[in-house]
Amino acid sequence: MLEIKNLHVKLEEEDKEILKGVDLSVPAGSVHAIMGPNGSGKSTLSYVLSGRDGYDVTDGAATLEGEDVLELEPEERAAAGLFLAFQYPVEIPGVGNMTFLRTAVNAQRKARGEEELSAADFLKLIREKAKDLKIDADMLKRPVNVGFSGGEKKRNEILQMAVLEPKMCILDETDSGLDVDAMKLVADGVNALRDAGRSFLVITHYQRLLDHIRPDVVHIMADGKIVKTGGPELALEVEHNGYADILAEVA
Amino acid sequence: MALPQSKTDATEARIAALQMPEGAAWASEARQSALSRLRAMGLPGPRDEYWRFTNPADFNASAPGAAAPFDHGDEKPVFGDVDRIKLVFRDGVYDTDASDDLTHEGLEIARLADAVSADIHWAKDLYGTIEARSHEPVPRPFAALNTAFATDGIVIRATAKVSKPVSLIYLHEDPTSDVIMHFLVKVEEGADVTVLESGPAAARFNKCMEVDVADNGAFHHVRVQGRDHERRAVTHLFARLGEESTFKSFTLTANGVMTRNEAFIELTGDNAVSHIAGAALGDGRFHHDDTVFVTHDAVNCESRQVFKKVLRNGAVGAFQGKILVKEGAQKTDGYQISQSLLLDEDAQFLAKPELEIYADDVACSHGSTSGAIDETALFYLRSRGLEKGDAQDLLVLAFVAEAIDEIESEALADDILSRLEGWLTRHRAA
Repeated sequence: MLEIKNLHVKLEEEDKEILKGVDLSVPAGSVHAIMGPNGSGKSTLSYVLSGRDGYDVTDGAATLEGEDVLELEPEERAAAGLFLAFQYPVEIPGVGNMTFLRTAVNAQRKARGEEELSAADFLKLIREKAKDLKIDADMLKRPVNVGFSGGEKKRNEILQMAVLEPKMCILDETDSGLDVDAMKLVADGVNALRDAGRSFLVITHYQRLLDHIRPDVVHIMADGKIVKTGGPELALEVEHNGYADILAEVA
Repeated sequence: MALPQSKTDATEARIAALQMPEGAAWASEARQSALSRLRAMGLPGPRDEYWRFTNPADFNASAPGAAAPFDHGDEKPVFGDVDRIKLVFRDGVYDTDASDDLTHEGLEIARLADAVSADIHWAKDLYGTIEARSHEPVPRPFAALNTAFATDGIVIRATAKVSKPVSLIYLHEDPTSDVIMHFLVKVEEGADVTVLESGPAAARFNKCMEVDVADNGAFHHVRVQGRDHERRAVTHLFARLGEESTFKSFTLTANGVMTRNEAFIELTGDNAVSHIAGAALGDGRFHHDDTVFVTHDAVNCESRQVFKKVLRNGAVGAFQGKILVKEGAQKTDGYQISQSLLLDEDAQFLAKPELEIYADDVACSHGSTSGAIDETALFYLRSRGLEKGDAQDLLVLAFVAEAIDEIESEALADDILSRLEGWLTRHRAA
């Protein structure tokens, strides 16, 4: 599904390399987790993949089902099936959540040459998905993320994911700022979307999210590279011993 | 204080080019008294306090620059879907044939020329009276000029809840037309009327509307100033509000090289509500000025000013807004916001928000901001699949939404929204 080869990225504004040769392969239907200390480049990787401004790719490649995503505009990446659940979902005053979701769904359908959803079909879809995530009608009516609590914002991200049905979902620290119950709710939302045609890349600091979203593969990222790859047990090792041991081991 | 000779000369030159229409004795008196006011204050100059942001030269000139009438193509007429009473003006002259029958329950409508020719008419107590009070502390010479020389207009008296809006349609056909029109709206106790205005009216348009809302009355106003590029307009909206009365006004301005919209609203009865809002969209040669004064002179009144401007490619927006709370106007709730969205680095926004408060138990707030499109929000929308242009339009509409929200009627708000969307589509960044 997602293939990243020798990806080097620096910040546009300053001559500072953040990603120093990332190699990663996420097959269809699998859940990969990336863990790593602060400043290791995890969030940068998610932003570069989704097409945010401010980064220069100096070397390497990233493909989604064989298509070079780095050449695409952010909206083209979305239409191709890439989705980033933001660490800090953006507040957009004046734009109703429902309008936003419907515009997004139909923009993607249009880009893929599919027919747009009718208002009635969309309403049916959104109601069903929102219910599972305990998102009430009021949250759908309010402006996008405005006045939402931390937990509501993250649930709203998962709702967008559920409605847009992307192939490749990147979750950037979706657990940050969540209490235990909210994390469970978000994880259930993600698990409900797991299927053979959909892949996940879960970026997190902590092992606890991975108790709920069981990964197939865990990568440790440090200083702009994947330094170790293993099974779910790798996450437990981090939880018990911290990153220091692993980093010392690979140094 | 005597005016500088240069100002007197300019004012006299302007007056000399105009002709005062005939009328009943009371009307001629009102016009003469307005003319004296104009002579005393003189035409504005760029150094006058409230003309620093906007050069008055276009309005001072004795004749307007040419403005080609705009071809709307197959665009749906403004308010076309709204059931309304249409009054049509061609370059400032009322067109009876193109207008609807003016008899309607709860309404008395007459042409200004007829009203001011009658020896006894309710218009006598309103014509030029709010305008006359409006010059302290800030002179409004073009309003005095208007009262003195207005050639046409309509006087409207609402005596009940009126079921259809009165729609004033200002067509512009003559490329050099210079039009001065004066309107009166008298809303009697408990009456409720909506007045719509649309169109550019002329190459140069000077318009006054004086609105008197009696106790428990309501006045709703939605205006679209027309898409002509070269047109120039200086307009004044005057209002006096009685007890428990409501005044709501919204203006959309897209295009136009020079527009100055002034408002002067007096809340004179307790528990009155005044909301005035505007959205201005400018691309290129565009100068738009909102100068708004709201005076609280009664207890427990609410006023809101919401002005939004979207500017690009050298367009200039100006806002001068004041909330004056007089002594004794306790429990005043005043709000004023003026914001601009600058779509590139060549656009400019000038703002002068003011509060002047002489009562001690009031809540007044004001804010003014200038900013670019939020890049983070733009990326967020694009990452969900919206094309860049669509995402940007959505953010512009979101920016303007607070002003549109001031329109109570959904049908009217939808019409305004469709004009906005049309403008955005036509003015996409290359």
